[in-house]
Formats: sequence, C-alpha cells, structure tokens
Amino acid sequence: MRKIWALMGLLMAFTSSAAIEVYDFDNVRQEQQFHELSHTLRCPKCQNNSIADSNSALAKDLRQKVYLMTKEGQSSDEIKEYMVARYGNFISYDPVFSFSTAILWFGPVLVVLIGGLAIFIRQRKKRLSSAQEQNWSQEEERRLNTLLDDENKGDKH
Amino acid sequence: MSKKVVFFPLLLFLVIVLVFVVQLARNAQGDDPTRLESVLVGKPVPAFRLEDLLIEGKEYDQSLLKGRPLLLNVWATWCPTCYAEHQFLNSLSEQGVVIIGLNYKDDRTQAIDWLNKYGNPYQYSLFDGDGMLGLDLGVYGAPETFFIDAQGVIRYRHVGDINADNWKSTLEPLYEKIEREAKS
Repeated sequence: MRKIWALMGLLMAFTSSAAIEVYDFDNVRQEQQFHELSHTLRCPKCQNNSIADSNSALAKDLRQKVYLMTKEGQSSDEIKEYMVARYGNFISYDPVFSFSTAILWFGPVLVVLIGGLAIFIRQRKKRLSSAQEQNWSQEEERRLNTLLDDENKGDKH
Repeated sequence: MSKKVVFFPLLLFLVIVLVFVVQLARNAQGDDPTRLESVLVGKPVPAFRLEDLLIEGKEYDQSLLKGRPLLLNVWATWCPTCYAEHQFLNSLSEQGVVIIGLNYKDDRTQAIDWLNKYGNPYQYSLFDGDGMLGLDLGVYGAPETFFIDAQGVIRYRHVGDINADNWKSTLEPLYEKIEREAKS
C-alpha cells in the first residue's frame, strides 16, 4: 500500500513539474520585471486572471511576449504600452489616468465624499432641530410656569 | 425621521434591480459583457509578413489588405465556433464579399484539410502559426472578423461567429457603407 502511495506521489510530482514554465534571465532586475508585469497584466480571454495566473493559450503567448521583450532589454513602461496599444486599457490592472478611466480613480473618493456630506447634513439638521426644541421649551416653560402658578392660585381660592 | 428616508433603501434596491434587468435583457439579445472594444478601430492594419496557408514559401504583407473593402476572418480548426460560421462565410463569399482568412495558431495540414472538406470562402489565406499577427491585432479568441476599408484601415471588429441574424442586422449595413465609400 505504501508503495502505491509513493508511486502516486511520484506521478503527481511529474505532472506538476511539467506544467511549470522555465524562463532564463540575464539578471535579477529582468526577472523581477517579468514577474511584476505578468502579475499586473490582465488576461483578455479570462477576464479576472492575470496572465501569470491564467493557463489559456493567449495568456501563455502574452507571457512569452513579455519574456522576450524583457530579454531584449525593454523597460516595463515600453512593454505596457505595447500591450495597451493592442488590447486596450483593459489589459492593465493598473490603468493609466485618462478621461475614460477617471471614474476608476475618482469613484471611491467621490463615494466617501458623498457619504461624509450626507452624515454632515444629517448631523446639522439634528443639531438645528434639537436647538429649536430647546428654544421652544424655554419659552414654553415660562408660559407653563405662569399657567401652573395661576392654577395653583386658583386652587387656593 | 420622515417617511421619505425610510423608503430610500427600497428605492435604491429597485434602481439596482432595474439596472440588472436591463443588462440581462441586453445579454439575452447577444450583448456579451466579456466582449472588448478593439483599440485598432480607425487605425491601419499592422505591418506583417506571412506565408500563404496553401502555398508554402509564398509571402504577403499588409498591402494585400488594401485596395477594396474586405473582411479579415481569424479562424482555426481548434475553434468550434469557426466551424459554426464556416458555411455562412461560404455563402457570403458566393455573394461576392471579399473575405481573407487568417489561420491563427493552427496546424497547417489540418487547416488545409478543413478547407478542402468544408469549402474555401477565402480569396487569400494567411498562415499565422505563432499568432504574432493575431497579437498585433489584439485577437483574444477565434473567430474574430475585422472589417477593413479600401484604404486598409480597420473599421470594425466583430467577435464571435457571423450568422444570418447579425449579418442582416448590423454587419451588412456596415459593409455596404464601407463599399459605398470605396466607390465614391
């Protein structure tokens, strides 16, 4: 039984090593750039995977292209530009700032601002209304007291 | 608290429901949210040098796609949807629509067999074995069809199969428009 498990473990080791792609780099900087890019470029075919995560044929091609361009000594920005020129801003998980992507950058800030404003307006309304209540009760108390006094006097009579 | 504020979450919920219903209805009519806009629309076809699929050694470059309006159809034998649209492409070709095939990341002999078996709608067939022109065109899945005008400028990219429905409703008017421009 133990032998069978060992054999199965060995087989699994083989399949997993077969799926790993091996890339050789000239230096550590290139390797870092390759890893950074393959995690920030999004696979156009599989939508929510980076090209490093995805196993689709297209992602493999794009990884290969990023690898070749990195080996050629092209900078990270040059490679990103190359990809955006072909696949559009969609391909980048870190989209450039432009009119069409402005909502991505300002959206969250805008939501916080709207929320903050709503809380501020509500607080102010509350304070105003409670202040009004106080005004009212001060005036009213005076009237109430005089009325009560009159009544008390009336009782005495 | 006033009654209006109490109803606000319900109102918000209804707005969200409305948004989803509208989008789902559009999806049902064939609007695919995973479809990407091509950034190449309005730009000339990228430069290339590719072999003819059928004649080894015979090469073409981007000038092949200039001079008349045409469809550049990206296809492969591994793509089931390409099979689905193939007969319709044959009939378009018979009607006189110029279609140029781009065999994308495919096995050459299998591709030639396919054309012999199912008919050849392509005036020319380019062979892009390593998918590099596909990459330059921003292809992310076959089939894709590029509408190219007489100046060699990409006017439209259609992702997915071409069938009688979408040809009649959107693609044919576009093709006719490009044709009219070429004549005037």
